[in-house]
Amino acid sequence: MRKVYLDHTATTPVHPKVLEAMLPYFSVKFGNPSNLHDVGREAKNAVEEARGKTGTLIGARADEIFFTASGAESNNFAIKGLAQANSQKGKHIIVSQVEHFSVLHPVKTLEKSGFAVTYLPTDNQGLVSPDDVAAAITGETILVSIMHANNEIGTIEPIEEISRITRERGVLFHTDAVATTGWIPVDVRTLGVDALSFSGHQFYGPKGAAGLFVRKGVRIKPLIEGGIQEDGRRAGTENVPAIVGLGEAAEIATAEVANRMSHLAPLRDRLQNGLSEKIDHMVINGHPTKRLPNNLNVSMWYVEGESMLLFLNMQGISVSSGSACTSRSLKSSHVLTCIGTDAAVANGTLLMSLGMGNTEEDIDYVIETLPPIVQRLREMSPLYEDMIKKEKGK
Amino acid sequence: MEQYSSKVMEHFAQPHNVGEIENADGVGTVGNPVCGDVMRLYIKVENNVITDAKFKTFGCGAAIATSSMVTDLVKGKSIDEALKISNAAVAEALGGLPKVKMHCSVLAEEALKSALDDYYKKQGKPSPVKMPAETGHEHEMT
Repeated sequence: MRKVYLDHTATTPVHPKVLEAMLPYFSVKFGNPSNLHDVGREAKNAVEEARGKTGTLIGARADEIFFTASGAESNNFAIKGLAQANSQKGKHIIVSQVEHFSVLHPVKTLEKSGFAVTYLPTDNQGLVSPDDVAAAITGETILVSIMHANNEIGTIEPIEEISRITRERGVLFHTDAVATTGWIPVDVRTLGVDALSFSGHQFYGPKGAAGLFVRKGVRIKPLIEGGIQEDGRRAGTENVPAIVGLGEAAEIATAEVANRMSHLAPLRDRLQNGLSEKIDHMVINGHPTKRLPNNLNVSMWYVEGESMLLFLNMQGISVSSGSACTSRSLKSSHVLTCIGTDAAVANGTLLMSLGMGNTEEDIDYVIETLPPIVQRLREMSPLYEDMIKKEKGK
Repeated sequence: MEQYSSKVMEHFAQPHNVGEIENADGVGTVGNPVCGDVMRLYIKVENNVITDAKFKTFGCGAAIATSSMVTDLVKGKSIDEALKISNAAVAEALGGLPKVKMHCSVLAEEALKSALDDYYKKQGKPSPVKMPAETGHEHEMT
């Protein structure tokens, strides 16, 4: 059976060159970078080389990169660290309602300790309005955090326009670029941000290595204290093999990012068009053009997402579902709620995220496999039965 | 999430008794599309015995599997026996359900009770059906 992995937003496979670069750092070059002897120095050099390569990918200086263990940690570090280090200037934070929970939950925590938070809505394509940001800034505002692109619907936010406003108003601006780094050009100077989160396993690096860019001169309080690592910003012995892998993944991405976009966007369009032709009552979520090249998020009326996911899985196709039933909370995605998707329809959502390993044949296999699954589930669905009866009654 | 049991996957992949019964003696629809599951259960009753049961379900793997199982369990049962089928019995027959999916078995019990309630109403008899207590979240149709 053909295997088609369309869940690159969840994670990506480690690139063979990345794995190769990592392997010596487990048991041959195993040193602790904090040690002054040669074994330690060898590891230190590897970490610093990776820092340079990672900086190059996002247009930052090496000393502006702080390694963490995950995208979630980077977001927590940015939100809590920037807010706490700058709270003498004010206690107001602005975020969007479609941020990842690793931004939304830390700001909720800050809210409980006396910060005020504004949660900006988006339009029905997931775009945050720069005017809304400008209007929300008060004399108390110290931090704005708006994601570069949304991890579910792929909408790319107007970061440059927003950063013009934050710079003018003297407010720090963090962006969660976990969904974009390695997939589209990400340049911290062009974007004009003060802090930016990224994660290695999202772009063919290993799990366990991620990072936060913090612009030189910006104050940030560490999350993890008690060590000199990462210039005192994050205590704990570095995950050297994973960091080496992240650096390698960054170097590959720097060279490949243009190719990635030109490979993925046509494949995604092929998938979108193929499914649209064969499936009626299907909604495409997100922005038609300001969207990640590898993202397709669709909602099918009258069927439930997890059922589609399970049937696709039986046919060797891996996707994500945005259905309430798959989540612990039994609530549908906060992103789909924000863009105004009907709650019942949101339960019929599939997130398909493509990667460099996908081929036209893979896409055609999905286009062939998914429509009969949707049809079969609709024939089983009382909601579809009611719709058909209603149509006939007209 | 916990994985589904092989019995759940079996009933999900090849559900039994999918469809409608024309001129059914009882029909019950429960659940809410907003919560992600709606079940409709049809029963045919002859001489106080459920001779046929079919279902249509909008929902996750567990919702489809519990619908399939409850229709299997109820066929050939007397009305009195059917009234005693609990959500726990449906879940047990499926080799257990992940904790977050137990509400699907409650929905299956509700669908059955709702169909039985409808049967009594159609017969013009007072209904002895007591709907089960909700666990977890609301399922009322809006």
